[in-house]
Amino acid sequence: MKMLFYPGCSMQRTARPYLDSLQAIRADIDLELEEVQDWNCCGATEYMSVHRVPAHALVGRNLALASRQMKAEDGQGTPTLTAACSACYLNLAKTDQQMREDPRLKVSVNAALDAGGLEYRPGSLKVRHLLDVVCNDVGYEAVHAKVVKPLYGLKVAPYYGCMVMRPDPDSRWDNHEQPTAMDRLLQALGAEVVDYPLKTQCCGGHMSVIGPEVAYGLIRRLVHGAQEVGAHLIATLCPMCQLNLDAYQVEMNKHYKSDYHVPVLYFTQLMGLAFGKSPAELGIGKEFVAAADALTNIHGLAPDEEKIRPKRRPRAEDGLPMPRMD
Amino acid sequence: MSLVTSAATATPPRGACGFLGEVMAATPGMNRLNMCIQCGSCGGSCPSAAEMEHTPRRLFAMIRAGMRDEVLRSNAPWFCVSCYYCTSRCPQQIHITDVMYTLKCMAIAAGLYRDASLPGFSETFVDYVERYGRSFELGLATRFNLRHHPLSLAAMAPMGMGMLKRGRMGLTPERIQDMPQLTRILERAKALEETP
Repeated sequence: MKMLFYPGCSMQRTARPYLDSLQAIRADIDLELEEVQDWNCCGATEYMSVHRVPAHALVGRNLALASRQMKAEDGQGTPTLTAACSACYLNLAKTDQQMREDPRLKVSVNAALDAGGLEYRPGSLKVRHLLDVVCNDVGYEAVHAKVVKPLYGLKVAPYYGCMVMRPDPDSRWDNHEQPTAMDRLLQALGAEVVDYPLKTQCCGGHMSVIGPEVAYGLIRRLVHGAQEVGAHLIATLCPMCQLNLDAYQVEMNKHYKSDYHVPVLYFTQLMGLAFGKSPAELGIGKEFVAAADALTNIHGLAPDEEKIRPKRRPRAEDGLPMPRMD
Repeated sequence: MSLVTSAATATPPRGACGFLGEVMAATPGMNRLNMCIQCGSCGGSCPSAAEMEHTPRRLFAMIRAGMRDEVLRSNAPWFCVSCYYCTSRCPQQIHITDVMYTLKCMAIAAGLYRDASLPGFSETFVDYVERYGRSFELGLATRFNLRHHPLSLAAMAPMGMGMLKRGRMGLTPERIQDMPQLTRILERAKALEETP
């Protein structure tokens, strides 16, 4: 499967383990990722707070470069541009969608791109997040087939954060608040996925810098929630979420004088472990809240399905008559 | 005023005049701000509503009432974390998060904010992107904190060292190859935003 890939600034630096683990597993899931040449920053959630049209032009340059690069290769179908960072994915998808929806924005962005000799026709790329590609194109079965060291015994809280699921400009997901795609992916790796109702609550975003106390409250809620449901670690799909829940978990502990210890890994790192890669190759060990102890919960025994999902409590004989379903 | 005439989007719908029309015109896409029914789903879904001077619902009523200065001075748009819960839950499908971005742009253009550190982070971020084409975390964190929270620098040092030790932060910024091209594009876009 060949597609264009937009790594984004975070994956070069703060989220390097995300990129390293993706590179380690991509051959196993037959993903051929071609990096967009000379891409620039997507603007995160900040550029758009200062300038409006230039923010879309900033993203427009990436879209234009990507569509030109793919056109040069082969003209079959609408090429896919994938991003693994939530903010990058959303900015790319949103500019594409708003250029389709708002003709004047399309004119403005293209007039700006013209100053750089570029042009972007909205809709000429399918912008998708890596999780979407792995779950829906690669598929759970293909992932399961590559598992050599199942993550039996590891209890994982699947954490999606915000921007992949919402606002979902291209309607790619069926549930924006309680999605299950990553749950099923982690189950395909053999992990025990705990019920984590906070899975799409906010990690604090830029508040960790501009208003830390707001962020600490949100981080504590997420970390406490994961600990409460017995998770050994949190799996995430976003560099910002990982940074806030991991590095700022240390700061949050200082702030509240608490001692939470819930490691946060990328789903690609867990895929790599299940595919038999070494932790070092996957960037495991670069997190602030060390994951090594949590990973010792992985054992070789397949879980007893009965124990995980207890059968329904038998109905009392003298209970009220209930409608029969058969 | 240049804010009214953003090249971003269509003219506001009939009935949406004054400050409401101005905000709508400056927000790309079908933002539907004039359709607000004041149900409060936005504020109820907002993770930072408790810290906001005005909840989104209240802010939208103030926009409609033409309370320009009070709206642009509010900390609410800056405390928006872009979680899009309000946007996805709004029964009128108003692009609330996008409206918050518009209010931030307007507040900066008008110089209306009580706490300069709120726009300061965005402005520092933009500055690095315009200089290198990429974001630069070490510079961003250091410059922002030096300027706005100098006393917190010492407290943040362990995290910075931790990032460096783990190879998760670079000491020097990365520059894209065709920086002149990006600069031309952004300059043209800014000129377009300012002319009717």
